[in-house]
Amino acid sequence: MTAILLHPNDNILVVTAAIAPGDAVPIDGVAVIVPMAVQVGHKIARRALSLGETVIKYGAPIGSMTAPAAAGDHVHLHNMKSDYIASHMRDTLERSSES
Amino acid sequence: MISAWSRTDGRKGIRNVVAVAYLVECAHHVARRIVDKSDDPDIQLIGFPGCYPNSYADKVMKAIATHPNVGGLVIISLGCESFNREGLAAAVAASGRPVETLVIQQNGGTASTIAAGLAAVARVKAIADAGPRIPMAPSELVIGTICGGSDGTSGITANPAVGRAFDRFVAEGATCIFEETGELVGCEAIMSDRAITPELGAELIASVEKAERYYTILGFGSFAPGNAEGGLTTQEEKSMGAYSKSGSSPISGIVKPGDVPPSPGLYMLDVVPDGEPRFGFPNISDNAEIVELIACGAHINLFTTGRGSVVGSAISPIIKICANPETARRLADDMDINAGRILEGAATIEEVGTEIYERTLAVAAGERSVSEELGHQEFILTYKSFEPVGPACLPRRQAA
Repeated sequence: MTAILLHPNDNILVVTAAIAPGDAVPIDGVAVIVPMAVQVGHKIARRALSLGETVIKYGAPIGSMTAPAAAGDHVHLHNMKSDYIASHMRDTLERSSES
Repeated sequence: MISAWSRTDGRKGIRNVVAVAYLVECAHHVARRIVDKSDDPDIQLIGFPGCYPNSYADKVMKAIATHPNVGGLVIISLGCESFNREGLAAAVAASGRPVETLVIQQNGGTASTIAAGLAAVARVKAIADAGPRIPMAPSELVIGTICGGSDGTSGITANPAVGRAFDRFVAEGATCIFEETGELVGCEAIMSDRAITPELGAELIASVEKAERYYTILGFGSFAPGNAEGGLTTQEEKSMGAYSKSGSSPISGIVKPGDVPPSPGLYMLDVVPDGEPRFGFPNISDNAEIVELIACGAHINLFTTGRGSVVGSAISPIIKICANPETARRLADDMDINAGRILEGAATIEEVGTEIYERTLAVAAGERSVSEELGHQEFILTYKSFEPVGPACLPRRQAA
């Protein structure tokens, strides 16, 4: 298993073994091609997520989408945000993630 | 059964540390040299860097100096700082512990105070080591928990495993403390449902709202760049993972730094200052929270990490539980327990919870944790301001 579902209501999965671009990952019994590298502990979309949609993990809201994502896409700072307090990065990391 | 050191307040210690405390940064070097030259893992450095007075720092320092794991104290003062050295010495003496005070300005300076300090430490240690031993049951332990360097694995392996260990300790009558209200932002509603009274539930929500407001004014959540590198995207996502360390027992009360829980059970430590922000970030690093857990009486702290923290602590041992299997391999020599096995299907949360429980008892019985063996004795105390907890925060004390 390379990605696990923590709660039946979740719309993301947590990656448990590093995923390489193009890997097929089983999501709800269907092999979904993940287009990008995703590290252990990161999240991928369980299904298509729309702009503004609430992200659910542990069965609880953990933020909302700032861009749409397809099933299998990496869900992280580039397409979701906190509904409480903004997250921050070191300047060098911010620049590299923007490029 | 643990063979513990008996203290006059009825509490029992699992270590017998002689603490050397500097009361201002100007006395830090002298105190550090005394500890270094003593070359004894049970002679440890603590201190406060500021020259201005602070009632929180005074309360925490007294709580640490009379912690059950402390057998005696040597105070190193420059001489002109604000810290009330007489009050600290009196509190330690009143607890039945040996205490000596050295004032650098009255002792001929650096070299002679180091020499006098070494002699003072030897006298204090001789008295402390002769102190009475007594059996201690696991139910008499106070255990804290903290997470540091969290990533996307923390909330699904190490943190829930600590929660299982906490549930077992609380069921057996021990006292457990979880903390960092800034890392409970987003969990306030589900947490309040676990309070033993509705009034305590309201106080739990209020403490998290206080933290959210405080962190918002400062412009940063309790969230580090490494958290995001490890897959955590938002404060509330990190919070949900951190919250699972508390397990599923009812929450018996809220304490603030330096308050010892009045009866067994599970407590939340409110670490965010009261009033308008005055002295900066609530806790500038993990060890500031660890010192506050110790000031609440924690004999041992369970520290979960995903990215890989290496810290330990003065006074009370840290047990390091690694959440991420890749980190557990990379920093194998720094970890007590590899909870990353859960992610690889090699162990269950229950099994790792049992391992944490058993390791805690072994360290309580005298076995050195990994960070103790490596010589980690970090300590940091800074400025804060708190109001006392309200009556609804400790319902059992109110009923008693």
